[in-house]
Amino acid sequence: MKFMIVDDSVIMRKAIEKYCKTFNFDFVGAAGNGIDALKLFNEHLPDIVTMDITMPEMDGIACLEEVLKIKPETKVIIITALKDKETGLKALRIGAKGYLTKPFSEAQIQEEIKSVLGE
Amino acid sequence: MKENELREFINVVVSYFQDVTGETVEMGMPYIKENKSVILDYTGVIGISGPRKGAIYLTASKVMLKEVAAIILGADEVDDECAIDMVGEITNTIAGNVRQSFGSSFMISVPIILKGSPEDVVFKLQPPVFIIPIKWRTFSSYLVVGLE
Repeated sequence: MKFMIVDDSVIMRKAIEKYCKTFNFDFVGAAGNGIDALKLFNEHLPDIVTMDITMPEMDGIACLEEVLKIKPETKVIIITALKDKETGLKALRIGAKGYLTKPFSEAQIQEEIKSVLGE
Repeated sequence: MKENELREFINVVVSYFQDVTGETVEMGMPYIKENKSVILDYTGVIGISGPRKGAIYLTASKVMLKEVAAIILGADEVDDECAIDMVGEITNTIAGNVRQSFGSSFMISVPIILKGSPEDVVFKLQPPVFIIPIKWRTFSSYLVVGLE
């Protein structure tokens, strides 16, 4: 299963990658903004993507919409600091399969991924 | 800014350090900024727009930021780039988390990172600007909130 990370924080990208090692995903890469994420997405067409929202160039909500136009079955998990209900509901309405707020623990992200994968 | 709004920022900071490091932070008594700016090694600034306008910034020492980053990454040591990234991420998380009570109209920018304490850095924030002292382990850092 191809896996991709989108977050403008280097530390968050490294942490998500480390915390998800247990799944033995085929990690195709990480991007720091929505524009770079779309390039990477088009190149690899990953099956599961973690997506930050507040990012430069193109935010995660716009990127989510574009990703789902390209490959609607992609399982996108939003991982964001934005803790208001409206943003969470908006992301889920657009088609995100999961929503996790920062800060998160290793156990929390693993639980969210398992839930999205139906495990 | 109302007292309960200030309290919300304090609660979010306490939760952040508890969740990320498993340790408690000591929050100092907030005070109103006078002329002197509080700027440590690295500062993350988030602009606020929408009905509430202004900015918040978190300023901290490089050593403290590296220790927080090392905990997140499970590493013994991290480089200076991690400290720079960390200050932006903490500030972003605090600003994003307060939307739980401030609502989605509390629009936050991506963080701008300032290195060092350049004399010409002027934060044009509408007074009163509140400074909230934070003490984690032996390190002092400050959350500064200026909202119209």
